[in-house]
Amino acid sequence: MRIHRVLAGVLTAMLPCFAPAQQDTLKEIERYRQLLQDGNPAELYEARGEELWKRGRGPKNASLERCDLGLGPGVVKGAYVRLPRYFADTDRVQDLESRLVTCMVTLQGFTTEEAKRNPFSGTGVPMLTTDPFSGVGQRSVMTDLVAWIASESRGMKIAPSMSHPKERLAYQAGENLFYYRAGPYDFGCVTCHGEEGKRIRLQNLPKMTNAKDAQRAFGTWPAYRVSEGELRSMQWRMWECVRQMRFPELEFASDASIALITYLAKKAEGGALDAPAIKR
Amino acid sequence: MDLVDAKRREVLKTGGVLALAAASGIIKPGDALAQEWNKAAFETKSVAETIKALGGSGSTLSSAIEITAPDIAENGAVVPIAVESKLPKTQAIAILIEKNPSTLSAEFEIPAGTDPFVSTRVKMGETSNIYALVIADGKYFHAVKEIKVTIGGCGG
Amino acid sequence: MVDPMRIRANMTGDKVEVKVLMSHEMETGLRKDAQGKIIPAHFIRNVTVTHGGKTVLSAQWGTSVSRNPFLHFRFKGGKPGDKVTISWADNNGEKRTDEATIAGG
Repeated sequence: MRIHRVLAGVLTAMLPCFAPAQQDTLKEIERYRQLLQDGNPAELYEARGEELWKRGRGPKNASLERCDLGLGPGVVKGAYVRLPRYFADTDRVQDLESRLVTCMVTLQGFTTEEAKRNPFSGTGVPMLTTDPFSGVGQRSVMTDLVAWIASESRGMKIAPSMSHPKERLAYQAGENLFYYRAGPYDFGCVTCHGEEGKRIRLQNLPKMTNAKDAQRAFGTWPAYRVSEGELRSMQWRMWECVRQMRFPELEFASDASIALITYLAKKAEGGALDAPAIKR
Repeated sequence: MDLVDAKRREVLKTGGVLALAAASGIIKPGDALAQEWNKAAFETKSVAETIKALGGSGSTLSSAIEITAPDIAENGAVVPIAVESKLPKTQAIAILIEKNPSTLSAEFEIPAGTDPFVSTRVKMGETSNIYALVIADGKYFHAVKEIKVTIGGCGG
Repeated sequence: MVDPMRIRANMTGDKVEVKVLMSHEMETGLRKDAQGKIIPAHFIRNVTVTHGGKTVLSAQWGTSVSRNPFLHFRFKGGKPGDKVTISWADNNGEKRTDEATIAGG
């Protein structure tokens, strides 16, 4: 099959010369990850996020303390693991970040454009010159809020709602997107995340259609990513994967992004949230 | 008692790398006290140069210095390194990264009562030897460990 | 406005074990931005930890300490309820001092 040949070619070209000591290499990488756990800079984002939730901001100078993340106005504990879900007031399925946009608009008086601005913090060189999410020394209110809100669900079971017809529709749309192949490499999410034992260089690729892989993968976002020097969320992860596939840009908090996250959250159902994590 | 002498005695009593550097004549006592940050040491480009800038003329390999760090770092931006010295009268611990643009990464002064142990995270530009340099009782010792730095999967 | 440090100080046997996370970009001065301009070096140069007026650790850092630095060390002579004070100063003259109370073992 053409896709497999292309993929095999791409992967072989990237294989390091570690083949004989494969198992030792993986063990050492695991040890690196263990040693990294002590002292997670995500805590710095969480502290800012908690303050931003409570601080009056925007034209209405209001806090987000009346924001309904699905468990009622102001209830943050346990909210993250029950997202994405359908919200009656907006009549759509929303994930955390799109819900925060809603609250920033309705409670604080921001425009949608303002609320969606600078969703990803960046303090380094942008990966693309068109990258709207990066900038030297830039903080992101959205990123800080996500860090804190996720931390308030730490250890809880991932349980996205699937009772409303629109939720099931979002799941289906997400599944279609997962299998959809396009772009110059004819990649789809499934290309890298649909088979056992795949990896790129030393990075093991979780098979997202496998419950245990999905639980571990989904359950460790948001995460402080040391390679970025920033805290990254699921919205960012989707945006970045889509970029890696050489697709057109995935719009922040778009229906497509929410659909993908809904599909993956459902695949990760039952896993415990181990976030904000720290990873490569 | 001459004022410079008195100050010098005080500096030597509290110990520390700068005091030793002053004592060895590389940095004058006045400079040592004024110097908060050893600029020269942070501009060296080799292990030998760094040891000199820190007041030593060489260093002895010692098995009493333990480096705890992974053999492979998944990303060079954050490499966890811990150093523990079992050498009596440990005064300072420094972390040197041989292949980095500047060799000296960090230097810690250990007063009496503080464990000769530090754990932190450093940046490595590429696979390199890490040297843990320990100044104990005015003498210089080191341990070495190679850490491989890999490039990650999806675009680093 | 500089973020506060996250400091944990706990008794481990007769020693105080301190773990601190500092918020700092630790920019090396070797990277370029999208326009090709060098991003200036901005990094913590000095760290001082005191307890009961006595310095229990002092450090000089270069640009190769990781962003959002983490530091872990132990010292004797502290007890629950005591304060541990940590200060850092960077190459731009920015400073930050935070303190933490030692928790019981």
